[in-house]
Amino acid sequence: MSEHEISTRNLLCPMPVIRTQDKIKTLVANDILTVTATDPGTLNDIPTWCRINGHEVLNQEQDGRDIIFIIKVGND
Amino acid sequence: MTTQRKAVALISGGLDSLLAAKIIKDQGIHVEGINFYTGFCVEGHTHAIRKKDKQKQKRNNALWSAEQLGIKLHIIDISEEYKDVVLNPKHGYGAHMNPCLDCKIFMVNQAQAWAWAEENGFDFIITGEVIGQRPKSQRKETMPIIARESGADDRLLRPLCAKNLPETLPEREGWVDREKLFDFHGRNRKPQMALAEELGFTDYAQPAGGCCFLVDENYSRKLVDLWDARNKRDYELDDIMLLKVGRHIRPNKNYKLIVSREEGENNFLEGYRKQFIHLRTVDTPGPLTLIDGKPTEEELELAARIVARYSKGRTEESVTVQIEKLDGTSEVISVAPMPANEIPNEWLV
Repeated sequence: MSEHEISTRNLLCPMPVIRTQDKIKTLVANDILTVTATDPGTLNDIPTWCRINGHEVLNQEQDGRDIIFIIKVGND
Repeated sequence: MTTQRKAVALISGGLDSLLAAKIIKDQGIHVEGINFYTGFCVEGHTHAIRKKDKQKQKRNNALWSAEQLGIKLHIIDISEEYKDVVLNPKHGYGAHMNPCLDCKIFMVNQAQAWAWAEENGFDFIITGEVIGQRPKSQRKETMPIIARESGADDRLLRPLCAKNLPETLPEREGWVDREKLFDFHGRNRKPQMALAEELGFTDYAQPAGGCCFLVDENYSRKLVDLWDARNKRDYELDDIMLLKVGRHIRPNKNYKLIVSREEGENNFLEGYRKQFIHLRTVDTPGPLTLIDGKPTEEELELAARIVARYSKGRTEESVTVQIEKLDGTSEVISVAPMPANEIPNEWLV
């Protein structure tokens, strides 16, 4: 298991989802990815994308304009 | 043992692609979705930049459709490759700058050519197209063009209107039962709505004016203005994002102002300010304004007067405006707000 981080600040959906998807393609099961976004649309889209693709959002929180997701990569 | 057949469904987020994927999935086919991001996609989030739209639905309808269907969705950024479709459409534009037929050919081709689709043994492609539904891309005579020019040929299945079209490979091979497909045609949406009810979908996207900014007259006008001003038909992703935001005011060919209309747009434009000369009022609330182009010093003063006009100090004799330049220097000037009736209509893009 390893930890990774990407910023999608100032990108509008679906770009934060695409960046998350493309990063996760390079990771393996149980890796942890922290994604930082500013588009409020990610509050819905990143958890939805994770659900349908078998990944788990361990935590999501807001820090000012930043929305931070901690994602555990699934097996598939 | 029979082979598990696999189909790639183009998922736009609208009702038709949702139904098309559902019909095929219900026939026992393994379906996964693809959604393409062109840069011109209309999403609730773009509207959500504006505070007045905060209450609008913010979901991505393609993701929502995939979740309803219980399928995976792969979102592909094709914004760079898509430029050629917008700039050089072989089949021309629709009512505005919308190259709908070339777009559909390109997307089906992308689905077909997408390396992993073949690597993972996908057998055919599904779209939610309906004959006669769209004036440019969804006509009976254009359907074979899409199949042929995309390279998909008879591996392209349109479940909602399949019975009006020749049999495709999945039907001939018996992977899909043609009798369980449909013969929808025309612009009447009632058959799709009835089918949605039958399949248990009560909540689905109701697209108004399509899913692409290029079918929007105002947006298309701004895009053409951008090309005219630069003497070049080209764009970067940032250009087309910024066309969705703010008031665009062009006093001269060499520059235009992008004036935020409220707090949400201000926040969005903040992310771009380091790439542009930008202006803001100093001691009165006002809009963040980006300058796209290369104005002279006199033109910057004019721009400051326009910014002052859209500030809370618009009725004052003088408003202080800070101008921050690309080299990191800034200057503060006091200007008389430009009266609204002195901003010619032809400046408003």
